[in-house]
Amino acid sequence: MKPDLSVTIAGLKLRNPVMTASGTFGYGEEFAEYVDLEAIGAFVTKGLSLKPRAGNPTPRIVETPGGMLNAIGLQNVGIDAFIEKKVPFLRSVATPAIANFFGHTIDEYAELARRLDAIPEVAGLEVNISCPNVKQGGIVFGTDPQCAFDVVSACREATIKPLIVKLSPNVTDIVSMAKSCADAGADALSLINTLTGMAIDLDRRRPVLANITGGLSGPAVKPVALRMVWQVARAVALPIIGIGGIMNARDALEFILAGATAVQVGTASFINPGAAQDIAAGMATWLEENGVDDIKSLIGALEV
Amino acid sequence: MQFRSMIISNVEVSPGYRRMRMTAPPEFPAARPGQFVMVRVNEAIDPLLRRPFGIFDVGIHTPAQAGATSQPYLEMLYRVVGKGTAMLAALHETDLLDILGPLGNGFEFGSSGEEKMIVGGGIGLAPLYFLAKELVKQSPVRLFVGGKTRDDILCITEFERLGVECYVATEDGSLGDSGLVTEALGKRLAASGNKPRIFACGPNGMLNAVAGIAAKWGIPCQVSLEGYMACGVGACLGCVTPGHRHSNETPDYRCVCADGPVFDAAELKWEA
Repeated sequence: MKPDLSVTIAGLKLRNPVMTASGTFGYGEEFAEYVDLEAIGAFVTKGLSLKPRAGNPTPRIVETPGGMLNAIGLQNVGIDAFIEKKVPFLRSVATPAIANFFGHTIDEYAELARRLDAIPEVAGLEVNISCPNVKQGGIVFGTDPQCAFDVVSACREATIKPLIVKLSPNVTDIVSMAKSCADAGADALSLINTLTGMAIDLDRRRPVLANITGGLSGPAVKPVALRMVWQVARAVALPIIGIGGIMNARDALEFILAGATAVQVGTASFINPGAAQDIAAGMATWLEENGVDDIKSLIGALEV
Repeated sequence: MQFRSMIISNVEVSPGYRRMRMTAPPEFPAARPGQFVMVRVNEAIDPLLRRPFGIFDVGIHTPAQAGATSQPYLEMLYRVVGKGTAMLAALHETDLLDILGPLGNGFEFGSSGEEKMIVGGGIGLAPLYFLAKELVKQSPVRLFVGGKTRDDILCITEFERLGVECYVATEDGSLGDSGLVTEALGKRLAASGNKPRIFACGPNGMLNAVAGIAAKWGIPCQVSLEGYMACGVGACLGCVTPGHRHSNETPDYRCVCADGPVFDAAELKWEA
């Protein structure tokens, strides 16, 4: 018997738990040649803002041992161009498309949530709270429980669609952040976003990235991500989407054991554009080989 | 497309520069000059990312053994600069590589009969041999090639064999004219009075100068750019370059990988 890989997260029924992470999969179209989009659970678009954003100067990325740093600076086409140029493609794919978005004020977040709520092709919203709040001295929304509560509450009021909050790992206490977002009405939590890091060119005595710091992703962050997923899963009743350095099916299943209901594949898609599809197929194989009929029986089944 | 490729040869052509020939799928010879491939140098997570390489040549390899079937191949010309290329340099015949490509847009050839000038700096020559091979079928072609020393002047004999007239310049004067390749290009343009089409690949400073020369003479010029990229398909946005209308308020970033790597020089924003 084929194992059942389907999961439901934030009211979204997914054929399998594998999603692609925001910022690593464009708007879906870029990968259509390499991935059967209908063989993955869902895909998440590049983060959207109200106005188009230029992003940072280059160099924007640098490889590090087992990982990469990026400082793209949230370059995106903006919500208007998204609706005009990217949404028609979403219509053609029978897989939930989740729109990731961010703002610099609570009003911007709420406005985006409202506009995305009105797009039938958008199945769910993922809010990136790892951005500075320009009205509060640039504190990153996702690093302060009250700020996080306020921004998620505003988004919650603006949408009836599934609302996923993507958590920043650059905090002292991930559990208190998760609880704030749950209290504010999030339907699910995705974690982790990238870890802030930097790389230095010794010979030039300069930072490698034009932005000086960037977000670390890839296999190097997986242990941190697993730990955070495990901590949050034990403390909060919401479904969790595990993210961080997933390169293969075994990595993905480790996140499920730690308490994630679904996973997102990010950096791996850069190396192998078909990674998300391969991982979903590999999970089915592992389940079959290990006599597991239903992936749901593995969620949080870590034995400690 | 993504495919497994077997190395046919991997030889040093000059100190620090190597040329690798590897097997390619039957569809691969349809690649256009100027396109590139993303190569995964091993299956491990370090180095994690693929490396982009211009396509130096494509063709059909006929093994020496009697009865062996012919095999499409692709070639890369690369410089050993870091961990990834050092690993590539250490690979041997029959070793396997995971390749994504051909990627990117490729050069526009222009009209036949019109004179073509190709300008290459150092390893920037990598995508220009495949280009020259196609261009000589329809036009007279001149190559202007520059480098710091004679070691940076690569594969000239191959170009000459195509019937390309080659002009060499080195900064230390160890081969050809002493000075920058762009000076040689400027002199030739001044002397000929023709309106050729320019194709260039090399360091940014050289491309900037070539774009300036082309603008001054009012002649079409395409440049092939390099960029730090993770994906090669337009998703990571790591390799962007500003277009001529770019400003922070009205972003006009182009992806070197998906919108390029070849751009009309007039479409880009060049540093003054």
